Amino acid sequence: MIPAPFDYHAPGSLAEAIGLLQQHGDDAKVLSGGQSLLPLLKLRLASTAHLVDIGRIPGLEYIKEEGGYLKIGGRTRESALERSDVIKAKYPILHDTALVIADPLVRNRATVGGNLAHADPANDHPATMLALGAEVVAAGAGGERVIPITQFFTGIFSTALRPGEILVEIRIPAPPPRSGGAYVKLERKVGDFATAAAAAQVTIGADGKIARAGIALTSAGPTPIKATAAEQFLMGQRPDTAAIAQASKLASDAASPSADRRGSVEYKREMARVLTARALAKAIARAGGH
Amino acid sequence: MAPHTTFEIGGLGHSIKRKEDPRFIRGQGRYVDDITLPGMLYLDIVRSPFAHAKITRINADRALKVPGVLAVITGETLAKYNLHWMPTLMSDTQMVLPTEKVMYQAQEVAAVIATDRYAAADGVDAVEVEYEPLPVVVDPFKALEPGAPVLRTDKKDKKDNHIFHWEVGDRQGTDAAFAGADVTVSEQIYLPRIHVASIETCGCVADFDRVNGKLTVYMTTQAPHAIRTVVALVAGHVGLSEEKIRIVAPDIGGGFGGKVPVYPGYVIAIAASVVVGKPVKWIEDRMENLQADSFARDYHITAELAAKKDGKITGLRIKTLADHGYADAAANPSKFPAGLFSICTGSYDVPHAFAEVDGVYTNKPPGGIAYRCSFRVTEAVHAIERMVDALAQKLQMDPAELRFRNFIPPERFPYTSALGWEYDSGNYAGALKKAMEKIGYADLRREQAEKRQRGELMGIGISSFTEIVGAGPSKHFDILGIKMFDSCEIRIHPTGKAIARFGTKSQGQGHETTYAQIIAEELGIPAAHIQVEEGDTDTAPYGLGTYASRSTPTAGAAAAIAARKIRDKARKIAAHLLEAAEEDLEWETGRFFVKGVPQKGKTIQEIAFAAYTNHPQGMEAGLEAVNYYDPPNLTFPFGSYIAVVDIDRGTGMVKIRRFVAVDDCGTIINPMIVEGQIHGGLTMGLAPALFEEIQYDEAGNIQGGSFMDYLLPTAMETPAWETDKTVTPSPHHPLGAKGVGESATVGAPPAIVNAVVDALAHLGVTHIDIPITPEKVWRILKDNGVAE
Amino acid sequence: MSKHNIRVTINGVPHEAQVDARLLLVHFLRDQLQMTGTHIGCDTTHCGACTVVVDLEPVKSCTMLAVQADGAAIITVEGLERDGKLHPLQEGFCQEHGLQCGFCTPGMLMTAYGLLSQTDRPSEAEIRHAISGNLCRCTGYVNIVKSIQYAAALPR
Repeated sequence: MIPAPFDYHAPGSLAEAIGLLQQHGDDAKVLSGGQSLLPLLKLRLASTAHLVDIGRIPGLEYIKEEGGYLKIGGRTRESALERSDVIKAKYPILHDTALVIADPLVRNRATVGGNLAHADPANDHPATMLALGAEVVAAGAGGERVIPITQFFTGIFSTALRPGEILVEIRIPAPPPRSGGAYVKLERKVGDFATAAAAAQVTIGADGKIARAGIALTSAGPTPIKATAAEQFLMGQRPDTAAIAQASKLASDAASPSADRRGSVEYKREMARVLTARALAKAIARAGGH
Repeated sequence: MAPHTTFEIGGLGHSIKRKEDPRFIRGQGRYVDDITLPGMLYLDIVRSPFAHAKITRINADRALKVPGVLAVITGETLAKYNLHWMPTLMSDTQMVLPTEKVMYQAQEVAAVIATDRYAAADGVDAVEVEYEPLPVVVDPFKALEPGAPVLRTDKKDKKDNHIFHWEVGDRQGTDAAFAGADVTVSEQIYLPRIHVASIETCGCVADFDRVNGKLTVYMTTQAPHAIRTVVALVAGHVGLSEEKIRIVAPDIGGGFGGKVPVYPGYVIAIAASVVVGKPVKWIEDRMENLQADSFARDYHITAELAAKKDGKITGLRIKTLADHGYADAAANPSKFPAGLFSICTGSYDVPHAFAEVDGVYTNKPPGGIAYRCSFRVTEAVHAIERMVDALAQKLQMDPAELRFRNFIPPERFPYTSALGWEYDSGNYAGALKKAMEKIGYADLRREQAEKRQRGELMGIGISSFTEIVGAGPSKHFDILGIKMFDSCEIRIHPTGKAIARFGTKSQGQGHETTYAQIIAEELGIPAAHIQVEEGDTDTAPYGLGTYASRSTPTAGAAAAIAARKIRDKARKIAAHLLEAAEEDLEWETGRFFVKGVPQKGKTIQEIAFAAYTNHPQGMEAGLEAVNYYDPPNLTFPFGSYIAVVDIDRGTGMVKIRRFVAVDDCGTIINPMIVEGQIHGGLTMGLAPALFEEIQYDEAGNIQGGSFMDYLLPTAMETPAWETDKTVTPSPHHPLGAKGVGESATVGAPPAIVNAVVDALAHLGVTHIDIPITPEKVWRILKDNGVAE
Repeated sequence: MSKHNIRVTINGVPHEAQVDARLLLVHFLRDQLQMTGTHIGCDTTHCGACTVVVDLEPVKSCTMLAVQADGAAIITVEGLERDGKLHPLQEGFCQEHGLQCGFCTPGMLMTAYGLLSQTDRPSEAEIRHAISGNLCRCTGYVNIVKSIQYAAALPR
């Protein structure tokens, strides 16, 4: 449980951090909360010559509503998400998600940015951010750029972040009235990664029909899975049991989970369906639709 | 039953607060890894990635260049001292470090000694080992097929992987009972390999003092004296003599059986310290602990019950295949290779029974019984409690009713079972009745019927177990030849305080408190004034240690007997002080007084003082006694547990809605501590029932070798246990106490399985192997068309 | 491998030390400062035996580098007792038999310390949730919950 040796850097500014990443290239890794990276280093499943700790850079931890978005700083801790009143009230799907990431102690260190940038398909935020239609802000040598979440996850443990870029903010468009979302996770015990999990964010139109649906799955493939067919099906549907059932079926069709100790492919796919149905039902209820 | 003493004295029945707590709540416990000695070095171990392979080359060059690394020890090094192999507690042999081949994944291959633990870890990383993989045997059935690779090639003339065959009971009579039965039921029950995973892993600090030729080993051991003798026997040829070996078990962070065996790490650390002349610390990390240390269970059981149509059981027949890994390193009493498995007739009056167990070698870590089970009692109880429910299901009889019909009635005690145990006392119907009332059994059955109409799945499961603990009488019990008595030595000081030392070793059971309470009960000295010590072989009287719930039955009895010896001497001193005849004195807690003249008396404190200042002529001074207690029998704690479960039809998740545990451990020393033992035991029953499992794939790779996949329940998975008790003392124990540490681990799993099977019985389910994962349940629901 | 000077306040006492970059906080406390009250029970950040309070929040000190603690205020189990007076949590664990082997106890105490600094009278559900990152093998958690409830009811 002891990492191999490395050099540690604690840059005091984003520019300094980016400079270090550029300087050391592949030999450097970013340390945010460390709750994913440090366990890997301790088991020597990952290694790095240079650890660049972005924890000393001011101004990366915040939760604020601004310009029609909920903006979350990349280094915002999961525990802050859990305690945030605005998130509880207006983004319950995010509250649901934060609550099931690892355990409360890990959440005191783990960061939202780290959860996304690490890109483990078993991490919980990716699916939620997909369902919310979020955007990621990356800061690099060339300045900042905005990456839509749908383009962010490119493969298992890989993202659209370029070398030398740091995830500094997540932006979630403020949902219109009559919106609701939920994240439902099946885990073997508290603290585990998902056996399966589903994120659902819906908006119900004035006509009582679904105006927008975002559905995504955790642990259902090499990347978080956006259940596009399910989303499209729901557009214009009444938010009733039949629609939920059909959408869930479409969502599970989009899943391609791998078998492991948490479950067989068949079970995980079925759970994607069951959990999508539950997440949708909850989201619809929160949207005031049932 | 009210306590005989006041709370201030703190005798039996009082929930006095624990005397050991003050150091633990301050973080001032002294566990092995807290020990630092001057010049201390660190040992870390290189382990095999292969389950079965020849070692063709070990190259330590890179490792020796790592700053801080001082030496790399291999099997070749130890072979020079004939320490590369060592005996197991079952008289098998296992490797300390291999010279030819490895036989399980994570087996110790080489050891690195360094100046600090970080350098040792780097050293381990830098040792290069080349292997030539050999065919792997992980299926114990396949291991016994003709033509299977023979694993123990170190054993001359061994041509197969069979370790032992053990049988007990009347095979013919039982076969006849089955042949003539109205109804029979049969199930295949597999209890998978699990690991005790106490929060503190194993480790030691071995400190060889060259000047005095003395070896001191601070060790996570539940049986320090046995370890000392084993070391003396095994390493005697390198000059370690028993009076120059001191084993110190300091505070231990949980044992549960996992800290009984001798692990290679200990032996390597001892050897290293002797060779280098400096203290050497070895602390395993969690993955090493899970992957290499003594496991539990791994029993493939075929169990059958024969009965009359009114439900009266007429026969029990069990055949078991025991997967022991590559060496039989179970810590059973030597005459019992399958431990006390023959308790499998359980709480029931079974006229004919036969059980046989065959042990087999596979490419897995050695061991067999380390998980709070009193020598295979969890396996035995699981089998009988599952079969009783299976029989109830077949007869369409309520499982409580079937149990009442078959319980050994109280008037039959002491009861000799068909498999040869003399049960000391029991009141099985009383415990079950109490549990049923407490949980509201009749209402629950009504609720279940209603819910079933609506397609909701709810189950009620009973387990009415009998435990067998307190090993054991010298007639039948020994470990490596050492009889399984235990001991207590008490010395009263002039000012009336006391020190008591024992041959057992608590790992959280509260002995510093409960033993003091026993002595307080017998002598009337406040428990607060009685210092209890265990674990240092230089000072403690010889004992076999703490495991298998044996401490109260053996050492607790020794404490009572030793205290009574002291009281006998105290009577003589009191007679002298009171100028009365001994026969004219009466005892009440803490004092002797003249019969009929209660104001004329002497307190135990006055007597103690007199023992040093005014003892009768011709009598030795002092006030002390020692007792080595050879129990006349084992003790048989019992209980009835009832679990209520609800099943999520979408995910297959099992939620335990309620769990009532009624336990009977005879006389209760400290109700608070007993309750704590039950809570913990229930949780270690829940864990294997729903969560824990260690598996191996065909290549012998371990699945579940870290806490990522070896799932210990948190406070969220653990129900709010409800406990109650009945009290049926043991007639042969000086205090009537039976021991209780493992009852709940034994009794809980079948209650949970029975509840889940009960929830699904209407679908035709008769058995589910543990752990009952959501997917297992979901598959049943799906196959029956009732999944959400 | 880089070495770093760090300044940490532990239980109100300032410490200055030089540490290797890769030194885990738990090893810094246990091996370098000989504060062995904080324990190690696993290698995958699951068990919580290593829990300490860093800047008012309980964290797993095995999954933090000592260098990350530079400038932080840490409270360990050794800091709960003040001027010979036990912290209500310590009292609670004794009164309600919230410990058996004692190995998970410091971690439980520090997690509970964090909980009680956020929540005045946590419910049983809140307590179980708060300690869900701390494993115990001995107690079955029932009495740990009671111990924390006991402490919560005392004036602090």
